[in-house]
Amino acid sequence: MSTAATTETKPAAPAIEKIKVKVDGREIEVPRLTADWSGKLTPTTMIQACELAKTDVPHYCWHPKLPVVGNCRMCLVEFGTPALGPDRKPIVNPDGSFKIAKSPRPAISCATPISPGMEIYTKTPAVKQMREGVLESLLINHPLDCPICDQAGECKLQEYSVDYGQSASRFVEAKVHKPKAVDLGPRIMLDAERCILCTRCIRFTRDIAGDDALGIINRGSFNTIATFPGMPFDNNYTLNTVDICPVGALTTKDFRFQMRAWFLKETKSVCTSCATGCNTLIGSREGKMYRYTPRDNDAVNASWMCDAGRLNYKWIGRADRLKDVLIRGQKSTWTAALNEISDKLKQAPAGSVAIIASARQTNEELWLISKLKAKLGAVSDSIPRVGPADKLLVSADKNPNTNGARLTGICFTEMGINLAQIADGIASGKIKTLIVFGENIVKRAVSNEQLRERETISEVVEEHGLTAELLAKLDTFVVSDILPNETTKLAHYVLPGCAHAEKRGTFTSGKGRVQKFMKAVEAPGDARAEWEFLHDLVHNVTGQNGYVTIEGLFNQMAKEVAAFNGLTWAGLGDTGVTVQI
Amino acid sequence: MAQEYKLILKHADEPGYTPDIECYLRHGGYADLKKALAFAPKTLPDGKTQSPQEQLRQEVMTSGLRGRGGAGFSCGLKWSFVDRKSGKPIYLICNADESEPGTFKDRQIMHKDPHQLIEGMIISCFANDVKLAYIYIRGEMPEGAKILNAALKEARAKNFLGKNILGTGYDLEMYVHRGAGAYICGEETGLIESLEGKRPYPRIKPPYFPAVLGLWMCPTIVNNVETLCNVKHIVAMGGAAFAKLGTPNNTGTRIVSLSGHVKKPGYYEIETGKATIGELINDPKFGGGLRDGRKLKAIIPGGSSSKILKAGEKFKLKKKDAEGKEILVETDMLDLPYDFDSLAQAGTMSGSSAIIVMDDSVDIVGALANLSEFYAHESCGQCTPCREGSLWMSKTLHRLTHGEGRAQDADYLVKTADNIPGGRTICAFGEACSWPVQSFVAKFKDEFVAKGAADEARRAKEAASPSEPKQLEAAHH
Repeated sequence: MSTAATTETKPAAPAIEKIKVKVDGREIEVPRLTADWSGKLTPTTMIQACELAKTDVPHYCWHPKLPVVGNCRMCLVEFGTPALGPDRKPIVNPDGSFKIAKSPRPAISCATPISPGMEIYTKTPAVKQMREGVLESLLINHPLDCPICDQAGECKLQEYSVDYGQSASRFVEAKVHKPKAVDLGPRIMLDAERCILCTRCIRFTRDIAGDDALGIINRGSFNTIATFPGMPFDNNYTLNTVDICPVGALTTKDFRFQMRAWFLKETKSVCTSCATGCNTLIGSREGKMYRYTPRDNDAVNASWMCDAGRLNYKWIGRADRLKDVLIRGQKSTWTAALNEISDKLKQAPAGSVAIIASARQTNEELWLISKLKAKLGAVSDSIPRVGPADKLLVSADKNPNTNGARLTGICFTEMGINLAQIADGIASGKIKTLIVFGENIVKRAVSNEQLRERETISEVVEEHGLTAELLAKLDTFVVSDILPNETTKLAHYVLPGCAHAEKRGTFTSGKGRVQKFMKAVEAPGDARAEWEFLHDLVHNVTGQNGYVTIEGLFNQMAKEVAAFNGLTWAGLGDTGVTVQI
Repeated sequence: MAQEYKLILKHADEPGYTPDIECYLRHGGYADLKKALAFAPKTLPDGKTQSPQEQLRQEVMTSGLRGRGGAGFSCGLKWSFVDRKSGKPIYLICNADESEPGTFKDRQIMHKDPHQLIEGMIISCFANDVKLAYIYIRGEMPEGAKILNAALKEARAKNFLGKNILGTGYDLEMYVHRGAGAYICGEETGLIESLEGKRPYPRIKPPYFPAVLGLWMCPTIVNNVETLCNVKHIVAMGGAAFAKLGTPNNTGTRIVSLSGHVKKPGYYEIETGKATIGELINDPKFGGGLRDGRKLKAIIPGGSSSKILKAGEKFKLKKKDAEGKEILVETDMLDLPYDFDSLAQAGTMSGSSAIIVMDDSVDIVGALANLSEFYAHESCGQCTPCREGSLWMSKTLHRLTHGEGRAQDADYLVKTADNIPGGRTICAFGEACSWPVQSFVAKFKDEFVAKGAADEARRAKEAASPSEPKQLEAAHH
């Protein structure tokens, strides 16, 4: 089987005609059409042309993933188009260039389409004056409370004020006062005085999340973002409004007053809460994680992520994390434990070992486990994890790496069908050794008799017969996990592992996107990345020497696993590569 | 000598003229509709056939009719922009959201002669293949809405509306929609948003030109009440004859709303440009002059948003001399012909043709404060410069009229106003709120400076003698 890896998720679109425009005197070729917020090809706008020309045009309300409304007026530019003669054809100068008729009025670059020969001027005195005027207007009623504002440091009002504003204010009137610390919903707070009424939050919520929850009340300078009375702002995407809010008007209850943005180290990562694999940034400081924010990836999550995924990070810093290597409940060392386990595995007769790996582990780890499995002739599987899905981002598959487990041969397409065989094997005494990674198997265990009854009446796939009573029959029970649970309590060997934020690796998303994530924080105590100790274990058991870096490990795996052929760690880039699944 | 010329208001004020359909029919009503519906396809010299609809649109183009709502844009040209190839329905909306301070002409038409509007609309709809039309009436005009609804019911009963109108196979339905009380709904795209049930935030143009992407993203025509009434008369007399009314490029009649310090405020219909501002104010047939013992200070010539004209101001007006050569003639503001182009040359506009006369009793700072408060209240708040600027100017003027002024406030106001108009905002409200400030201060700067300086002097004196504290009214909000 030969499957070429590709960075494209769709076949290439037909070529789009290019036209020439000038941005501040520099000629560039830009496509006549560009995908708009909904992906539909529409005439390229001035701001998109300026972006291609690497010319910054300040803007608040415009967002490439949202409908254009043109209300902030920050992106006003001057422009000219070729002057037409009486024959309706452009007048040509002696040097062959077009004679340009400069428009007497400025235009908002976010909504004005380009035309052939158009000249866009972003640095004229008039443009400078207009930007100063808009910033002055935005600041007169603003509370100027940057010292206590969470947005400080990543605030467009601050940035543009420095870049394009004036240092002194002429304003001597009383400011407009609006509601502050408004509880918009379970996760969002609004400071209406900081709001610049760009309506990004309204448009995202209405047009992307499909929830017409936010609107504007009152008039003129008293305009205020609001929800319907008695209707809290509560859908699974509310926190995206905080990301796209260019100022500190919308803040998350979770991150509010927790950390100054400029202290945060940003690490590129991938969300582990479902198979979608939203690209994220982890904001951390001194080994503590403070937030996830979505990272742009048009092939996966655009610029968004769900609230549930975003808030699913606190467990990583839990005080009761597994920090010690335990041998039958006694604190031990990695060397001792791995040696003992290796010896037992080497002596284990073929077919006497079973492995339950987790589809929350990385491709590299699952591949290393597959090496053990092959050597030991072990039966293996993973635990499926399903839940509600939606049409935007949330997948019903709650494992981030189901496809990784399939492609490395840890489980079949239908995950979990080997669990019954493993349970039977333990019951019959054929299976004496069980290795479990990152799954609290006891949690979903149901005694075999009950399970058989249930299977006839429902399609519950997450339940299996691996009960605590059954596990007590094992000679060797090795469990690696991150948090303590019922299964780790039963284990003979407990190997403390790492959360994704504490290691590097790759996941293969539900749509076959192989994406890498980086290490943000250190693991607590003696906890080690699973791929590291798996490398040692594979070496001990199989005698094969493998790579001790994640790059080498990935590249080796890419050679051996058919679906990953042709991939390299470096070639994955920041946004991953889609493979055939 | 200037005369009234009653075209639209021909019957409205006749004794015994009532707004019901029987009275309208007795006065020849709906004859022009029948005439329009009876137009036959015409073969042109080049062999092409011109449909009745095209002929009607051609008549309107020939008539030179310009929009009576404020901007004075050519009605025929507006109709020519309509996207007739999209396959989508075309809508016509009558903008009856008359709310420009000083303007009260459309209300007269709707209250006194509603069928004239409806007939004009039906003809306009027929000419543009419109099957569904709306009259968007200002929320504060409940009586007008009642009258129009009654008139629509009568028109339906007589089959001037509904299915198969007068047996021609043409279907048209028409509804009255009441606004909820916002000046911005008079802006055509704000009106469309409001009609769609949303906040009346004016749309950005491009891409949302009503002629292409209007109501429900379909091609839409939005015309003023008076404009649509004129269509009926264009059909009656023919476009060419209509174009002979008024002056070149300023054809037809205009109903002037005259208010303020004149003896006879009211509405007067004139041939466009056939009466001067001075005649409208002073002629006994019109305003009848100022109140006794008063002198003219200024006028606002075209609704409150137009730039003020100061008494005694002179303008260079383009005229043709005996040989047909263009010359500039110095013209006093009172001698400006009341039409679109002359007022544009004087740096202002005839707008909604509402003249507000101010005599020398007027505190010009107070007058501007009053206007600015209106615009601050009516700004929809969608785009930044107008949202923040309109209230800023209002607050400054409130301060200046409540003893807290500064001599520098005149320049301060103009600098604030300068940040709003000229394409910086989504709609023309930016101009509407800043032009009065710019023009009042430019033309009466000494009064603004004097007022601020007096406040400063008084405050300095009070500070020097703290034994007599005086309660100052705080700036509002």
